[in-house]
Amino acid sequence: MQDDVKKLILDYVKKEYLDEDSDQEITETTKLISGGIVDSFSMVSLKMFLEKKFQLKIPDEKATPEAFDSVNNILALLQEIMHS
Amino acid sequence: MAYSETAKAHYANELNVLRVSGLYKEERYIASPQGAGITVEFPRGAQAREVINFCANNYLGLSSHPEVLAAAHKALEMRGFGLSSVRFICGTQDIHRELEQKLSEFLGTEDTVLFPSCMEANGGLFEVMLDKDDAMIADRLVHASIVDGMRLCKAQVYNYKHSNMAHLEEKLQETQGCRFRLIITDGVFSMDGDIARLAEICTLAERYNAFVMVDDSHATGFMGKTGRGTHEHCGVMGRIDVLTTTLGKALGGAAGGCVSGRPEIVELCRQRARPYLFSNTVPPVVVGATLKVLEVITRSTDRRDKLEANTRYFRERMMTVGVDIHEGEHPIVPVMLYNAKLAQSVARDLYEEGIYVIGFFFPVVPQGQARIRVQISADHERGQLDRAVEAFARVEEKHKILGKKKDEIIAMYGA
Repeated sequence: MQDDVKKLILDYVKKEYLDEDSDQEITETTKLISGGIVDSFSMVSLKMFLEKKFQLKIPDEKATPEAFDSVNNILALLQEIMHS
Repeated sequence: MAYSETAKAHYANELNVLRVSGLYKEERYIASPQGAGITVEFPRGAQAREVINFCANNYLGLSSHPEVLAAAHKALEMRGFGLSSVRFICGTQDIHRELEQKLSEFLGTEDTVLFPSCMEANGGLFEVMLDKDDAMIADRLVHASIVDGMRLCKAQVYNYKHSNMAHLEEKLQETQGCRFRLIITDGVFSMDGDIARLAEICTLAERYNAFVMVDDSHATGFMGKTGRGTHEHCGVMGRIDVLTTTLGKALGGAAGGCVSGRPEIVELCRQRARPYLFSNTVPPVVVGATLKVLEVITRSTDRRDKLEANTRYFRERMMTVGVDIHEGEHPIVPVMLYNAKLAQSVARDLYEEGIYVIGFFFPVVPQGQARIRVQISADHERGQLDRAVEAFARVEEKHKILGKKKDEIIAMYGA
């Protein structure tokens, strides 16, 4: 289950943020925000995607650059919100 | 005391973080009017020196133009220094109305409203136009002021990969259920100097029933054969619904901006845009001088033609001597260094050569794309452009990167 979610997010990040001809590898630990792949403006669409896909609301105070900085961080954030 | 030692330490630390991470911005003191040649004190306290300026947005060289200065003096005498009011109370003079009409004529739009700056035009526009049932679909590289304006608006935020029309189309398909969709782009993107694909954007907008908004700050006055802007350059005049632009770059460079376009949207800005409603009116001096700017650039295209010729000449010469530049046709000429420290070091060496340029690096530009942004002006003479090219060649030679391409530079210095 967790692996499916990871893959879902990874696929979205690759499709949404990398150029078609990019050969950059992204894994669940790749730094997305601090690594310059996703900027704070583009993060909005990632947040919206997660909210729609998982039918939840990510509070603005939790949608920090740190929380979105890797697929693993995002996963932890989703779990926290789901269990709260 | 409310401003405690803890608070003081906190702010001091914030500043220190900026310094350590190389993000601290140090101002350079200029002891001359704006122009191709300026007198700069840098670093602070150093002997002021004459340098050739390649980092102003003074594209048409009108910031210190004699006719513009004379018009500013005249406006000061005839209409005073300030209005001590917002526009709608007692801050609108006949010359404000005249400038709005002249801007509409120049831009080829139906109506225009002045703002204190384009930053504030972008800050106020979206909230006025759109609500939660609507969608804003923005290019990922739009200017920070647009991002801020979008944050103030309740409409849903979407963005597409830079200038990627297939991705924009996906977003238009995704948002079919929204009441209104607004495609948002810069006309010219300020870090790369690349031009929005406005013809394709307008076609997509028409196909999907969306509006188009363009921030043309780096284009108004010189892009297009008669300098109307990116919409003229791309052949889409009349197909852009809302333009924002600045008077603070090519059009004299003092201050002020505007929203221009569909009359209902412009009028709603007059009624509801908060930065317009709650800011003081644009000073008469700026209004009078900008009217003169519009007269100067409407009666002749000499300045934009010279800027175009200067740009072509500089770009060709830089490539000929082996400097790695981002290709294009805009007077923003990014010299690619890829590494932040290298960009800073090259800019410093150029300053020693009498060439004033600034390095840009992450987070202003993406990681690994550090550069020096050279900006050409109609005020530059060939000799000044030649001096800059020769200085770039010498400095790049010193750093052993002249004639080298991206991969080689990154291999030497890292990204």
